[in-house]
Amino acid sequence: MKKTTYAAGILEAYEYLLSNHKEFFIIGQGLWSPWYVGATMTDLDKKFGKERVIDCPISELATTGATVGAAICGYRPMIVHPRVDFMLLAVDQIVTQAAKWRHMFGGNSSAPATFRAIINRGGEQGAQHSQSLHSWFAHIPGLKVVMPYTAKDARDLMISSVLSDDPVIFIDDRWLYEKEEEYTEVEIIDLNNVKPQKLREGDDVTVVGLSYTSLLCENACQSIELSHNIKSDLFDIRVLNPLKIDDILKSVKKTGRLLVVDGDWASCGMASEIITSVLEKIDISVLKNSPKRITLPNSPAPTSKVLEQQYYIKTSDIIDALIQITI
Amino acid sequence: MNQEVSELIDPIKFRNSINIDGIDKSILIDMLRKMILIRKAEEKLSENVESGKIKCPCHLGIGQEAIGVAVSMVMRKTDRAFGAHRSHSHFLALNENTYSLFAEVLGKHDGCSHGMGGSMHIIDNENGFKGSVPIVGATIPIATGAGLAAKMDKTGDIAISYFGDGSCEEGVLHESLNMASIMTLPVLYVCENNLFASHLHIDLRQPSNSTSRFAQAHQISYATVDGNDVVGMYKLLNSEVLEIRKNKPFYLEAYTYRWKGHVGHRDDIDVGVKRGDQLTAWKERDPIKRLFSAMEKNGFYTKEEFQKLLIQVQEKIDNDWNRAESASYPKEDFLLTPVYSSPT
Repeated sequence: MKKTTYAAGILEAYEYLLSNHKEFFIIGQGLWSPWYVGATMTDLDKKFGKERVIDCPISELATTGATVGAAICGYRPMIVHPRVDFMLLAVDQIVTQAAKWRHMFGGNSSAPATFRAIINRGGEQGAQHSQSLHSWFAHIPGLKVVMPYTAKDARDLMISSVLSDDPVIFIDDRWLYEKEEEYTEVEIIDLNNVKPQKLREGDDVTVVGLSYTSLLCENACQSIELSHNIKSDLFDIRVLNPLKIDDILKSVKKTGRLLVVDGDWASCGMASEIITSVLEKIDISVLKNSPKRITLPNSPAPTSKVLEQQYYIKTSDIIDALIQITI
Repeated sequence: MNQEVSELIDPIKFRNSINIDGIDKSILIDMLRKMILIRKAEEKLSENVESGKIKCPCHLGIGQEAIGVAVSMVMRKTDRAFGAHRSHSHFLALNENTYSLFAEVLGKHDGCSHGMGGSMHIIDNENGFKGSVPIVGATIPIATGAGLAAKMDKTGDIAISYFGDGSCEEGVLHESLNMASIMTLPVLYVCENNLFASHLHIDLRQPSNSTSRFAQAHQISYATVDGNDVVGMYKLLNSEVLEIRKNKPFYLEAYTYRWKGHVGHRDDIDVGVKRGDQLTAWKERDPIKRLFSAMEKNGFYTKEEFQKLLIQVQEKIDNDWNRAESASYPKEDFLLTPVYSSPT
């Protein structure tokens, strides 16, 4: 059985796009360096040329704006921000320009750029090298927000994001780069048709994760099924905006319980959005317990490893919550 | 062609008729008609901001018509220009489509952005005007990316970035010029230096009133010129554009003055900084008057012909305005239709 990894999936997506779509190019800091983006872009510049894999000045705003401009002019470009934190220098171009470009010109133009941002946290990197902030971007009409969990999704949804006629934020997490799974062939999927993916089937509780927290949830759900015979319906969100809630809603009607695990802060976050989207469409008498969310503590990321241990969500936190909610 | 900045900002200078030697009569008439059309269109907008029929913020560029017209005369339809909050002239110089602009400003479905943009979000893809937005400096990197796309297309097309002296206080100008220089992008940067950003004079905002120092810092060729001399700018750009099409960025700083305030129909002669005396003086450096006076002297155009042209343009504008007033608004479901490429 041929294996692949999340990082290899991303690299394969690039190879596919560069080979099959001449209107695709990539720009970003560190693209000619072996260490900025892990193993996700190794040697692309050597294979496909430095004109299409462009390393660039330290100008997040201008390079992101240039990506938007090239998208407006018929290209399908991607800007790579090796850390989410630095992408914030370019928020005007993402939120106020690209996301609104189609609407404010009455559909007469569009900016189908892909903004790839990498979550690169842990290892005592501290407050400014640890953010995710996906819910910020999921707040914005006109933007699509994609966060893959599996290696297959990392590859296929990156291709879908680039080929989408809308601007897309694609956020991948370095904690998933080594994750192994069975290799499958490239599947071309219309991003409009992507909905949450069911990872486990069970009647006791509905569990929702996204990106790295889907991995934690898989581990927790597997463990608690063995130890407590609690069976989970587990979903990986994949596309945060526009959010497709129907399958999760159906599941909560079946299980009567909902736990959402989101590796970001609670306030106005994705976990709240998912819970609210379910609650406002459900007869609450079907609920056997209050919905619950697990998020990061309300603080910036610490540096000290002891505090980091406390800060990030662990599988055991999810197991504890599952026990509580299913009592 | 670098004229002395101290003279360019002095409204006593550059008042006489401009030099039109060597330019075909038909080109001159084109320029004259376009400038009058823009002037009259903006006067119509001004009246209707005052009357209350126009609600959206309208940033008028009366007095600045020559710059967009000169640039439009060297553009191909496949070039790509991006504007800012004060871009009616850039748009009209390329298409003379006053109906499309008026309908847009009134929020009508026939407008260039189907009534979704208003005065600040105008577009005409077919004629190379790829969009304007009011976030100061925002289209500078976008135009730079359009230049990158043009370079990749290898067709010799160029991008044009229109912005004002206020934009030069945004960091993104520096980032974009650096990028265009190091990546050798075919971009024409056009700074319309009208000496004001909103209510504040450039002397209160920058240590120098010449923004071409930023081009110099990034090793980009530049020119500082009289922005109210349509022929002078046309001649300069006509030769420079050949270099730009070979992937060499260029920075044009065109000194001018806006006759109206930052936004709306008023003159704003006393908004924080008094500008009454300057305004009266600057009206003597009228780009339309100076071109006509040169054409009259050369025997290309008579007063009678000029009057006739004014009447013709005014008729078109009145007619287009009336049509725009009676045009339909977007349907209610259009609120959601253009958010994404397809329904979600």
